[in-house]
Amino acid sequence: MTDYETHRYDVVVIGAGGAGLRAAVEAKSRGLSTALVCKSLLGKAHTVMAEGGVAAAMGNVYPEDNWQVHFRDTMRGGKYLNHWRMAQLHAQEAPDRVYELEAWGALFDRTPDGRITQRDFGGHRYARLAHVGDRTGLELIRTLQQKAVSMDIDVFMECKVLRLLQDASGTVTGAVGYWRPSGEVVVFEAKAVVLATGSIGRCFTYTSNSWESTGDGHAMAIWAGADVIEMECVQFHPTGMVWPLSVRGLLVTEGVRGDGGALKNSEGRRFMFDYIPEMFRAETAETEEEADAWYDDHINNRRTPDLLPRDEVARAINAEVKAGRGSPHGGVYLDIATRRSAEYIRRRLPSMYHQFLELAGVDITVEPMEVGPTCHYMMGGVRVDPETQASTVPGLFAAGEVAGGMHGANRLGGNSLSDLLVFGRRAGMGAADFAEGRTGEATVDAAQVDAVVADALAPLGRDGGESPYELHQQLQHTMQSLVGIIRTGSELEEALERLAELKERCAKLSVGGGRAYNPGWNLATDLPSMLTVSTAVAQGALARKESRGAHTRDDFPGPDPELGKVNFVQRQTDERGFAAPIHIAPEPLPEMPAELKELLEEGH
Amino acid sequence: MTDAMPAPTAPEADPVAEPAAHAQDAPLSTLETVPAAPEEETVTLRVWRGDASGGDLVDYTLPANEGEVVLDVVHRIQATLAPDLACRWNCKAGKCGSCSSEINGMPRLMCMTRVDELPEGPITVTPLRTFPILRDLVTDVGFNYEVARRVPAFTPAPAPPGGYRMQQVDVERGQEFRKCIECFLCQDVCHVIRDHEENKASYAGPRFFIRFAELEMHPLDTNDRRELVRQRMGLGLCNITKCCTEVCPEHIKITDNAIIPLKERAVDASYDPVAWLGRKILRRPKRSPDEAAAASPH
Repeated sequence: MTDYETHRYDVVVIGAGGAGLRAAVEAKSRGLSTALVCKSLLGKAHTVMAEGGVAAAMGNVYPEDNWQVHFRDTMRGGKYLNHWRMAQLHAQEAPDRVYELEAWGALFDRTPDGRITQRDFGGHRYARLAHVGDRTGLELIRTLQQKAVSMDIDVFMECKVLRLLQDASGTVTGAVGYWRPSGEVVVFEAKAVVLATGSIGRCFTYTSNSWESTGDGHAMAIWAGADVIEMECVQFHPTGMVWPLSVRGLLVTEGVRGDGGALKNSEGRRFMFDYIPEMFRAETAETEEEADAWYDDHINNRRTPDLLPRDEVARAINAEVKAGRGSPHGGVYLDIATRRSAEYIRRRLPSMYHQFLELAGVDITVEPMEVGPTCHYMMGGVRVDPETQASTVPGLFAAGEVAGGMHGANRLGGNSLSDLLVFGRRAGMGAADFAEGRTGEATVDAAQVDAVVADALAPLGRDGGESPYELHQQLQHTMQSLVGIIRTGSELEEALERLAELKERCAKLSVGGGRAYNPGWNLATDLPSMLTVSTAVAQGALARKESRGAHTRDDFPGPDPELGKVNFVQRQTDERGFAAPIHIAPEPLPEMPAELKELLEEGH
Repeated sequence: MTDAMPAPTAPEADPVAEPAAHAQDAPLSTLETVPAAPEEETVTLRVWRGDASGGDLVDYTLPANEGEVVLDVVHRIQATLAPDLACRWNCKAGKCGSCSSEINGMPRLMCMTRVDELPEGPITVTPLRTFPILRDLVTDVGFNYEVARRVPAFTPAPAPPGGYRMQQVDVERGQEFRKCIECFLCQDVCHVIRDHEENKASYAGPRFFIRFAELEMHPLDTNDRRELVRQRMGLGLCNITKCCTEVCPEHIKITDNAIIPLKERAVDASYDPVAWLGRKILRRPKRSPDEAAAASPH
């Protein structure tokens, strides 16, 4: 029998980034007992890294903007693989969520007449991103954190959740995890659980993600029998730092291009003009003059190709480097120094300025930056009901990056922070409704807890096994080299073989030291999540025999109209858990109403 | 992770850029500890290891890598020499404020301190001294989260039709303070609590003085926390030595732009005879600490 503490709540939210905080605020505002559980300290979640802004069609800069245009941009950016209803709700509700943040104390940058100002970003027809310089994510998380604290929400910081607990019918009864400072086990009994665990970036070598992004929520949902979709759709942000190596992958905000920065190759050519895809040709500038004029006048000029959706730009950079026109450290140049004044750059992009100056010794007001693609965002995730964010497992909800459907095959910049707010709130409402409607207390099964804890503790008692750092490094190498930005069938098959082997080795890890704040052991407990989601990503990538959005297949270079009508759904059926197989099958996308289809077909 | 890939000298060798990069060609295992050859440049970290019961400095020597920050070296120590070396980190870009420590005795972020800018010789890395040790470089910073709960919440006036309007120049004052990444280096360096545990009960510290200043200067906020910050948050204990400003990685002018204006406003609220007269005439009673605190959960 394991010794553990038990906490009973109506709603338990796992993850305290933007989505988790917003969900907890919503559940608590309904008067329900609510807990927020996070792997790090409160306020440190990966949301702080979001730079550019929150996309919301408020129309403060371009009155022509409205939810219909935002919906259309989102669907086109996602190559129509998005769940139409999520994209619609998102576009309709994002402005209210931004104004709500303002009423909770957020201080967004202003227009001359005192309203929230908005900036340009890739794939958005109009200047649409509400922002605070280039630290919008920090503003968002701090505002929500302060709101949550003022509501007296119980926060379990530095607490890692290992598994969801379920009753015989499959309904979620809670979760089990451990306190990282002490290593002691903690059990939550919950009427409803919201997953808001963010991304999977740590499965790759070069990523903009922090150590927390190990796909815990994706994996726990799979192990609980929930459907996940679009796992093949992993976004590589086109502009990560490439030098020094120690910061390779660190994000360079799209705001640099939104504020006038241009991509150039080693010959000084603005190469993006050579990579305008047919789908975006009508709305993209063909000359540098038109592109540069667009910054000040969106009505009479077409947008610069530097701000094509991220999948297009990442592939273009990749191709330039491959053709030998890259920068000395294997990226391309991003130049804002010759295009904007030093004062403007420092005011609009203060953290980029400091990041390059302090970490790379590069003054971006004088020199160009060197940038290249970095694993950034997970479009795929738990299949949810758009209205409530309910998963296919009763009592389990998901919001933010761990949920799938909203962004289709490729997310537009700025649509992530708005996604967190819109669907974080909806998940909180959905979980609250479920908790209120649930009869009786959720009671966990002690045997389930014992089994999970025994597995988690095993590496500490084992001698002579492999180091978790070694295994993690090999996992990252496998994903980076075989399931990266450009994929091919034979390599994906090889990746799946290697992942199967790594899974076997994962069951034999050894860790020295004790349970108290032991990062080696913590990593050992994150590895099962990473291996499960990596397997799902590779399986999805192998199944989708086409190139669509962020998913690019060398052996199937074009889109396949038939595959554009399906999601690849993955789930565990009879056998569940880390060792069990994940089944995959295509299922038709939900049918879009005719009036929304018309929006997609309109010329603008 | 940092030494996992060879430096990309030619585009062909770049695994990110090369789509068909074949894993077979690259060594799968690059994490073994390679003993530093005599001619090779090395870096030595002298790291405090231990827990609440005590501990000691331990030297770790590794080959030096170009452009590394202290946190990179800590990560390499974890991956090779000491897998259980405890340290907090998240973003590795100076944006989350997790990896605070004292480097050669100076409170700094490990992720923003380049090895090549430090003096030659061993680099000493110790945990924040102001907070209780949990393990190795990790301290219990719960004090800060407790103070945060005592800050009365933002309380805006109702929105007028058409929404709030604020001028950029007015929001910029608060924005400076909202750059705070809660690394708590200012709390760590502040002598009022650094060597005086007993002051923690009655002293909020620089991080929260900028929070109070931000709320005080927020164009929409209606609560008056000046008596609260003077009487219960220990604003008077700060004698403006500016150590907090010096260590702030966000370069917030904590003392000049937050603490000194806050002191002036708090004093005005209490002692200014004109303000006193104004309150008498306009019958606007001074807000008590209790009234101001009513908007906080504790």
